[in-house]
Amino acid sequence: MEKRVIFKGWWLPALLVAPQLIISFLFFFYPSGQALWNSLFLPDPFGLKTEFVGLDNFKFLLTDPYYLESFKTTIFFSTAVSFFSMAIGLYLAALADRLIKGAGVYQTLLIWPYAIAPAIAGVLWLFLFNGNIGLVSYYLKGLGYEWNHTLNGDEAMFLVILASTWGRISYNFLFFLAGLQAIPKSVIEAAAIDGASFWKRFFTIVIPLLSPITFFLLVVNIVYAFFDTFGVIHTITSGGPEQSTTILVYKVFSDGFVSQDLGSSAAQSVILLLVVGVLTVVQFKYIERKVHY
Amino acid sequence: MVEKKKSGYWLTHAGLIIGVLFIFFPVWLTFVASTVNQEEIINPPLPLWPGTEIFENYYHALFKGGREGYGSNEPVINMLINSSIMALGITIGKIAISLLSAFAIVYFRFPFRKTCFWLIFMTLMLPVEVRIVPTYEVVANLNLLNSYTGLIFPLIASATATFLFRQFFMTIPDEMVEAARMDGCSPMRFFIDILIPISKTNIAALFVILFIYGWNQYLWPLLMTTDPDMKTIVIALDAMIPAGDDFAHWPTVMATAMLAMLPPIAVVIGMQKFFVKGLLESDK
Repeated sequence: MEKRVIFKGWWLPALLVAPQLIISFLFFFYPSGQALWNSLFLPDPFGLKTEFVGLDNFKFLLTDPYYLESFKTTIFFSTAVSFFSMAIGLYLAALADRLIKGAGVYQTLLIWPYAIAPAIAGVLWLFLFNGNIGLVSYYLKGLGYEWNHTLNGDEAMFLVILASTWGRISYNFLFFLAGLQAIPKSVIEAAAIDGASFWKRFFTIVIPLLSPITFFLLVVNIVYAFFDTFGVIHTITSGGPEQSTTILVYKVFSDGFVSQDLGSSAAQSVILLLVVGVLTVVQFKYIERKVHY
Repeated sequence: MVEKKKSGYWLTHAGLIIGVLFIFFPVWLTFVASTVNQEEIINPPLPLWPGTEIFENYYHALFKGGREGYGSNEPVINMLINSSIMALGITIGKIAISLLSAFAIVYFRFPFRKTCFWLIFMTLMLPVEVRIVPTYEVVANLNLLNSYTGLIFPLIASATATFLFRQFFMTIPDEMVEAARMDGCSPMRFFIDILIPISKTNIAALFVILFIYGWNQYLWPLLMTTDPDMKTIVIALDAMIPAGDDFAHWPTVMATAMLAMLPPIAVVIGMQKFFVKGLLESDK
């Protein structure tokens, strides 16, 4: 789509796009190029000189059990966060959509956690599960269960999934509610007159009609779980215990800034770039052939 | 809706209320913890109803940087100011440069227009998390560590906002430009007097989304700010959480957590209509 009527001249538009392009080059393209470049080199332990090693950093990573473990952790973590936050979001949206009056009130009550930073969500849940003072761990102890996510990797994983899911429900709720409200009521009513129950209608009519939005949310939630949950991990577990919650983004950070392993960190950045690239392309492909009901 | 069965009606409400309780539960307990004294927290279980220390806790957190004997922090009020400057800087900066570049791309034909468009599009694929080490080096070389400029500028380019404005400008009828040009209106005049006023709703919607995005930044300020008085409130809160067997004055920590959440929540609730519009439109 192009405008037919336009203004003339080229120096003014060049001036107008300049701020965005300068910032993009300085802070996006140049650093990404640097990451690509650095991923081909290996600095010596004293940081005095670097040696060109070709794809050795990548070869090393793809055979490094810690890195492969981190990949598995990330996939498990993001699948769990996407699944639970979407399931709960859809469940609440389906309920709110049934109401004639009051859907707006519930919307207000359910969407505000979107404003809470993942790091703060982490702090809130950490406080509840704190071994000494946490309310939930206290009652678990009463039930005879000794909660300690600083030693038990499964408990740590549970806690970061819980905190990330909790913060994400509002987002999925809002999109599903918008999607549900866009479904023409006449379709649902026709099915109801034919005698289909609420759940029957939900699974045979509503879910298929929601599939475009579900696919979109799936991609967006995976991106969220891959990248935006850094704050949750950093506040609750710092990747521990024993790397059990070290997702890929956390590993780039800890290898690059904590252990100063720059070649490996750069190679990891490049792999993550590929992941984001693929996810972005998938998402845009979806927008191109977005289905309208 | 379709049926009018009483039981279904109450079950619907019950289901929603359970969801609301799950959402409120951790925030409510954080609020309670920010109103009681230290003894009530370190001897669990935590009460479920607010205590009486609310003013002392918030006063000490905001202006004193915690209680005596528990180590001192910067007063939270300074961190709130830092967070506000960063969030507003990112928001206003993103909106400004996106409006300008969308205007150029839609209303002009200039060499490399398509290239510019694709370059902006590609920034979508480069979140700060995947290019942290080299971006940090760029900012360090520019001597921008521990500065507001360094906090704001690397996060300011936004493909999403540019696309949203481009999309919106496309829906504006051509007659509007034609009329403006016939009246001898210069491009910048058209931009300021016509385009920006009719984009008001879109700007407000983006403002809400970007303000939350800016306020909640974590990884970037964590690396950038080593000076205690440049820390944002989200970073400072994390640093207040005791590691291992350290002591913390929990009511102050939880009051800080409440203060860190309040501004973005207030924006979401106060501008709910724009928030919903911004969220549904900007992410697509």
